[in-house]
Amino acid sequence: MTSRTSIHLTINGHDHELEVEPRVTLLDALRDHLGLTGTKKGCDQGQCGACTVHVDGQRVLACLTLAAQAQGRSITTIEGLAEQDGTLHAVQAAFLEQDAFQCGYCTPGQIMSAVACIREGHAGSDDEIREYMAGNLCRCGAYPHIVAAVRQAAMEAAS
Amino acid sequence: MRDFSYLRADTADAARQAGALPGAMLLAGGTTLIDLAKCGVAEPETVVDISHLKGLDGISVDGAGATIGALAKMSHVADHADIKSRFPAVSEALWQAASAQLRNMATIGGNLMQRTRCPYFRDPANFPACNKRSPGSGCSAIGGVTRGHAVLGTSEACIATYPGDLTVALVAFDATVHLGERQLAVDDFFLLPGATPEREHAIEPGEMITAISIPASAAARRSTYLKVRDRQSYEFAAASAAVGIEFEADGRTIRDLRVALGGVATKPWRARAVEEALKGKLLEPDAVRRASLLAVEGAVDHGANHYKIELAPRVVARAILKIGETA
Ligand code: FES
Ligand code: FES
Repeated sequence: MTSRTSIHLTINGHDHELEVEPRVTLLDALRDHLGLTGTKKGCDQGQCGACTVHVDGQRVLACLTLAAQAQGRSITTIEGLAEQDGTLHAVQAAFLEQDAFQCGYCTPGQIMSAVACIREGHAGSDDEIREYMAGNLCRCGAYPHIVAAVRQAAMEAAS
Repeated sequence: MRDFSYLRADTADAARQAGALPGAMLLAGGTTLIDLAKCGVAEPETVVDISHLKGLDGISVDGAGATIGALAKMSHVADHADIKSRFPAVSEALWQAASAQLRNMATIGGNLMQRTRCPYFRDPANFPACNKRSPGSGCSAIGGVTRGHAVLGTSEACIATYPGDLTVALVAFDATVHLGERQLAVDDFFLLPGATPEREHAIEPGEMITAISIPASAAARRSTYLKVRDRQSYEFAAASAAVGIEFEADGRTIRDLRVALGGVATKPWRARAVEEALKGKLLEPDAVRRASLLAVEGAVDHGANHYKIELAPRVVARAILKIGETA
């Protein structure tokens, strides 16, 4: 049974039509069908956070979301964070300044998660940042710098 | 992941009808179903997406208790001001479950349908024997690596641990599952494995969880959820306890006590023997520790999970003392 279904996705404010098998996840739709490879595939099983995107403003895992399920929702990926003119989002800038990555593979997920974490009001202390960023694993162990970057961006957002 | 057909339900009735067809499974947050489909454990022919249904995600709290729609997200319930103040154990259990991303996806109804994390259950390619997956095929866990397996409620057919947190609090505070018109106690919704470990929930094809309700009580208001695990966050419980307490007017004699365990049993585990042993008694550390040993009455270990039999009573005692001593 190889059925196909046509779906309509709104990603970073742009509309996309695509034909996919119903089992295709949002993560595979982004990466393989739309060429938006900023969102990373780590475990593909909901365990690492590399695939974190925002759906209707909430951080979720694209590897456990069906593309078909995301129809009618508004999706934001790492490609949609910076301004049109290339000015980085405050969290992206903070990650650069704090050197909050090594290989960079977990970074898009970390940044998408951090943007939401700050917006949720869960970045009030280093302990709180660690707790609410726990769903994003970093194989390189860049955690101290990631916490520093989230703290910096949270302080900027508060001031 | 095997391919399936996708159907988006517009009404609850349509969802129930479609869900009753052979090979159909309901999809809400996806954190269990899509995960298990990828593992090759779930093989739906039709996925019925109920995540767009309207009107099933409300949270209302009044003097009688809380009613939570089946499609409410874990994060929203955890963050709800009245849930936090009147059912702190429920909010704390939700906060300590999974990760922020998963809590934003997973629904309350879906949470009740969460499956075990038994690594043998999750790996059909390497471990064909699993009575939960293929009734009668045997249990790969018995005689295998059992550090995470259950010590309470097990059978010769299955020792898989029930992994959830929320339902431990729900069982402690006598919550009810609503399947449309039909209602049953959360404790009865979860089935012991016995000889039929493939059957985990008292739900029939064509039924759908629509809500849960939790009656208000003084014990629920003064409650906590204590979760002990191998790492501090984003981990399943080695042992956990939902505890609520109500004192007599003297502020020291226990009038009502609720105790339920997670991470050690095959279903969310109400520890009534501990409750009965302490009701009417003064809150006194030695008595609490002694009574807490009753939490693991009848426990059976399978080697590497023996530590849970020692750990669980300590978690219970610590939770009771913590909540009892904070005035
Ligand atoms: S790729 Fe989605 S959580 Fe790891
Ligand atoms: S920077 Fe390499 S995994 Fe995080």
